[in-house]
Amino acid sequence: MYKLGKALCKIGGVDNITLQPAAGAHGEYTGIKIIKKYLKTEGFDKNEIIVPDSAHGTNPASSAMAGFRVVEIPSNEKGCVDLDALNEAVNEKTAGLMLTNPNTLGIFEENIKEISEIIHDAKGLLYYDGANLNALMGFVKPGNMGFDLVHFNLHKTFSTPHGGGGPGSGPVGVKEFLKEYLPHPIVEYDGKKYYLKHDLKNSIGKIKGFYGNFGVIVKAYAYVLTMGNSLKKVSEIAVLNANYIAQKLKDIYEFPYSELRKHEIVLSCEKIKKDTGVTALDISKRILDYGMHAPTIYFPLIVKEALMIEPTETESKEELDKFIDIMRKIHRECYENPEIVKSAPHNTEIKRLNTVKATKEPVLSYKMLRR
Amino acid sequence: MRYIPDSCEDEILKEINFTKEKLFSDIPEDLRSDLDLWDEKSEMEVKRELKNILDKNRVILNFLGAGVYNHYIPSAVKEIVRRSEFYSCYTPYQPEVSQGMLQALFEYQSLMAELLDMDVVNSSMYDWATSLAEAALMCYRVKKKPKFIISKNIHPERREVLKTYTEGILEIVEMEYNEKGIDLEDLKKNIDNSCGVYIENPTFLGYFEHNLEEIGEIVHKNDALLVAGVDPISLGIIKPPGEYADIAIGESVGYPVSFGGPLLGIFGVRNDMSLIRKMPGRLIGVTEDLEGNSGFVMTLQTREQHIRREKATSNICSNEALCAVASAVYLSFLGKKGLKELAELCMKNSNYTMKRINEIKGFKAPLFNSPHFKEFTVYHKNIREIDRKLLKKDIQGGVVLERIGFDLKDTALYCVTEVHSKEDINRLISILEVI
Repeated sequence: MYKLGKALCKIGGVDNITLQPAAGAHGEYTGIKIIKKYLKTEGFDKNEIIVPDSAHGTNPASSAMAGFRVVEIPSNEKGCVDLDALNEAVNEKTAGLMLTNPNTLGIFEENIKEISEIIHDAKGLLYYDGANLNALMGFVKPGNMGFDLVHFNLHKTFSTPHGGGGPGSGPVGVKEFLKEYLPHPIVEYDGKKYYLKHDLKNSIGKIKGFYGNFGVIVKAYAYVLTMGNSLKKVSEIAVLNANYIAQKLKDIYEFPYSELRKHEIVLSCEKIKKDTGVTALDISKRILDYGMHAPTIYFPLIVKEALMIEPTETESKEELDKFIDIMRKIHRECYENPEIVKSAPHNTEIKRLNTVKATKEPVLSYKMLRR
Repeated sequence: MRYIPDSCEDEILKEINFTKEKLFSDIPEDLRSDLDLWDEKSEMEVKRELKNILDKNRVILNFLGAGVYNHYIPSAVKEIVRRSEFYSCYTPYQPEVSQGMLQALFEYQSLMAELLDMDVVNSSMYDWATSLAEAALMCYRVKKKPKFIISKNIHPERREVLKTYTEGILEIVEMEYNEKGIDLEDLKKNIDNSCGVYIENPTFLGYFEHNLEEIGEIVHKNDALLVAGVDPISLGIIKPPGEYADIAIGESVGYPVSFGGPLLGIFGVRNDMSLIRKMPGRLIGVTEDLEGNSGFVMTLQTREQHIRREKATSNICSNEALCAVASAVYLSFLGKKGLKELAELCMKNSNYTMKRINEIKGFKAPLFNSPHFKEFTVYHKNIREIDRKLLKKDIQGGVVLERIGFDLKDTALYCVTEVHSKEDINRLISILEVI
């Protein structure tokens, strides 16, 4: 635990870490609790967390759970944090900003230094949502960009199996001045032996029983041990693959905002919808017909009819080409035979499922089904 | 390059007319820095390094419980859970190609619902402690009253996680307890203005709660919700929480102890839409496809963060899905009869051990005169010394309660389950007799 923690600190550019959170959202909640306790201890009366409108839904949800008012700011024409909007939103109540960089559009926040200054000038803290760390390892450390707290998704960036939705692990790293606020215990080493340190002066308390998802932590450690400095290669190839797909599809699909992306790209099917009535949902179902898992759809919310594609470093060129072919084929189908896309999937074990019925008449166990 | 396929990097760059530099040209030069870790290691080196750490472990007979329990896991459970369709699959966002995972999670929800006698169980929380914290927040959402009542007889870590989550939102009021469970007079005195009450059965100290019906009456008469924390295995022989509580939580079974994680927090409620719509966590439901075939989907997602954002019932998304699959497989193997036999065996082994320890001079077991399930208290005036001596003989005794912050002097909490053979128990006794 100690050694993984140290490696994560180096990767994140932070000084201390807790491995207790069981997932990314759990890490966010931990980070926000730390911000709250720190500001209170320092004598500030602040109750607002700023999140961009492109943020993951967990950001506002975690902030609200910790008792903060959430202030959402719009993105600028480049898809990034709008400095004017940020300046306007910041006031003496500002406790911090939650940001993922690159953001959910896959775009690097070029004004990160200015953003950091604005937040720190207002005596707020900067929180790094680690969901997109895959893009930056070996290039830039969140800590160096001005982030005070950083969470890591071991089940994303550090390759532990997803298990159909969990278990995950969401360690939170912090700069030295926040060490005493971490959930206790943390793992320390005195040169001879490793031990659990419980007496942290301002600890937010425990946020989970025991010490975190240890089984996941061990797997992530094995991965980090294996890769070492080659984690930089992971980011390089992940970014290369995403840009490859974007370049190969940009003549037929719309890519709002910047062309240069990091590890993920977001395309919009809005024009296709206007022209043919086919939606992003339809396209995602049609991808299944061709034997691939569809990407995330309708996120980020600021892109209409969004498909968010994150190929990662683990796909070969052949697989990427296969995906590109499928997307080009589906685009053709949208205009030539839209019905086949609208009624997809056709080649799966089961046809398109009625999610509205599932919500309106909930059947959540066999017991309810029998009734 | 490990874990990265031959990526034909140069070919790709050429094809899209990019350079490596261009890919990262948006990151300001003055912010950049290298990793400073180590060179790649081979699988053999990594295994050696991990084995060196593992070899420092001693596998010894242990009587630890207090939140995570040693139960035998049939090999078939591991075999099924390790299938890649479960082990490495993504969250089932595309139900048409995820029916297997969705059904497995639905089976978990259903089996647990039967066992708890509840109707709706979500597909998992992080662990028991976070289930409790989220249950308290849910009581507040439903009842909008400022107090939440717990017994002093719960795991200190659970209490602490609860306090972290509810700080600034709810006042946590702790009730006294006695050999029958939570102190009813104390409860009546404090119930006013409470949104919820939390009890455990069996209690943290291992004995059964006696006054379930009275507690239910007091809580409901005061327009609060009753939250019950249970050990699913005990439900092979005792009354399920559905008969007296509104929300049932606990720690499930079927996966290893794993140093306290990953585990799985149970979270179940009655079939009452006003409760279901306020509950946290992912839910799997049944619906139909375009041709009328029934199938499984994630549902009621308007409660969740990716739709409702700051107004969501919780921020939880990733959960402990694979542990839920393990639980479903485990419970299916056991069946109704197996679960009852298992519960009886745990109770028999533990009560036998308790009786034998109580016969040894200087020991008292249990401290509370009440029927116990698989855990019980052991008093000795030098309990820490006893613990150290046992360790020298390759036995890990029960959890010394003061060590984990539970306010009971010179007492350890022993856990005995089906994994303890008669020889194991006799070995413990013979050593305690001469200590």
